[in-house]
Amino acid sequence: MQKQLTSFLRGAIVPVVILLVWEACARAGLVSPIVLPAPSAVAAKWWEALLSGELVHDSIASLYRVVVGFVVGAALALPMGLLMGSSQRLYGLFNPLLQLLRPIPPIAYIPLAILWFGLGNPPSVFLIAIGAFFPVLMNTIAGVRHVDGIYLRAAHNLGVGQLALFTRVILPAATPYILAGVRIGIGTAFIVVIVSEMIAVNDGLGYRILEAREFMWSDKIIAGMITIGLLGLVLDSAMNALNNHLLRWHRGLEH
Amino acid sequence: MQQQQIVVGDVQKVFRTQERDVVALKDINLTINQGEFVCLLGPSGCGKSTLLNAIAGFSLPSSGSILVDGRPVSAPGPERGMVFQEYALFPWMTVAQNVAFGLEVKGMAKADIAARVDNLLDKLHLKDFRNRFPKDLSGGMRQRVAIARVLAMDSPIMLMDEPFGALDALTRRNLQDELLRIWAEFGKTIIFVTHSIEESSYLADRIVVMTYRPGTVKRDHHVTLPRPRDPSCTEFNELKRELGQLVMEEQQRHAAAEMRLAAVD
Repeated sequence: MQKQLTSFLRGAIVPVVILLVWEACARAGLVSPIVLPAPSAVAAKWWEALLSGELVHDSIASLYRVVVGFVVGAALALPMGLLMGSSQRLYGLFNPLLQLLRPIPPIAYIPLAILWFGLGNPPSVFLIAIGAFFPVLMNTIAGVRHVDGIYLRAAHNLGVGQLALFTRVILPAATPYILAGVRIGIGTAFIVVIVSEMIAVNDGLGYRILEAREFMWSDKIIAGMITIGLLGLVLDSAMNALNNHLLRWHRGLEH
Repeated sequence: MQQQQIVVGDVQKVFRTQERDVVALKDINLTINQGEFVCLLGPSGCGKSTLLNAIAGFSLPSSGSILVDGRPVSAPGPERGMVFQEYALFPWMTVAQNVAFGLEVKGMAKADIAARVDNLLDKLHLKDFRNRFPKDLSGGMRQRVAIARVLAMDSPIMLMDEPFGALDALTRRNLQDELLRIWAEFGKTIIFVTHSIEESSYLADRIVVMTYRPGTVKRDHHVTLPRPRDPSCTEFNELKRELGQLVMEEQQRHAAAEMRLAAVD
């Protein structure tokens, strides 16, 4: 407890000093509030947006897109990765195409996304799904390929059939890799959601930042950015907790 | 009367590598009766594990036949339960889940599985560890779980590939005694691979000493010492001396071959 408190306090030193210097510069009139508003102004704006419900609404809208897009992308990537990881033939068939498509950033799909899906959530979900698809796919393939042969031998010895081998041996054995891919995928989804909200929708944190820019509300822009940071932190912590739970059997660093 | 259970006939196994073919097993003929405890003994590279893997069905012989209860071996199966040196427990399953897994995939009723698992965990002193993951167990404990997993399948044959090789001496003796107890209680046929002369002398009814490359049967020795065996008695040490000579001859051929290979490289 004592230790946690000290480490928390130590971690707070740098941000607090930066905030104080920033506040002092803004109050002394060294920079224009449009270029860099004072942190107190940002905090006030953030509080105001929170109380009005706008912030909550936007956060939920963004999170909804992240979740739906991610689920779509991962739900396609997972079975495909399992099949490609375990079948050399399927791997040979699909891998060249995937290697060509993988480097294309999801953002490059924006024009097509609007052409294909119009405006609103669908193009946004599509872009996020693409962003989440590749990391989950690549890691699932790697995970399946790295399953230790001894588990397969033990399973065969116990008379395990093909389906159970997949669901109860290969899938759990590949879980550490898959979860690493999921984590990267969520990170990508989070980047893509902000960009996609700047093009085709009229709510969400990305939209709100862009809107504030048009009115030169710098305090609101920064308040939006900080919200994105907080949401990302929450999402990553949740992911971390899930990771620790699902991999509680894993030896981790001891291995 | 004793029944022939495993019949290995003229088995040959050749591993093809890019530079050369390695004859791992040559002209192996072996008949193992039901309930026998057989040790395959020899230095590394004598093909003892290769033979075990062939009987297990993991890697079939290049020629010759292996019959188990009259049927040729063509694939791994639960009637020939394997205990691996590396334990090969599924790390994402608890102790109880590991033991139950083979029965679940077989489609046994839940209540029957639970009863059988409880019974085995009790017998192998694993009751208090049933909800632990393998990573939280010592090597000896893990190997007990692996043995319980095979016993759960009710396999008539247990194949053991240097199962106690990675354990310290005290744990090892402890598990050897436990294995003998299980063997006596369940009436399994056991084929046990080891390079330890002491271990094979302590455990086996019959010790098959194998030669280094190509792997052939050098000596098929029936052990007549009564159980429990006292490793400090004269007869035991005579047995060890005799086996030791046989194994050391092969070990020297192994060492000489390694030197030759190193010189070629």
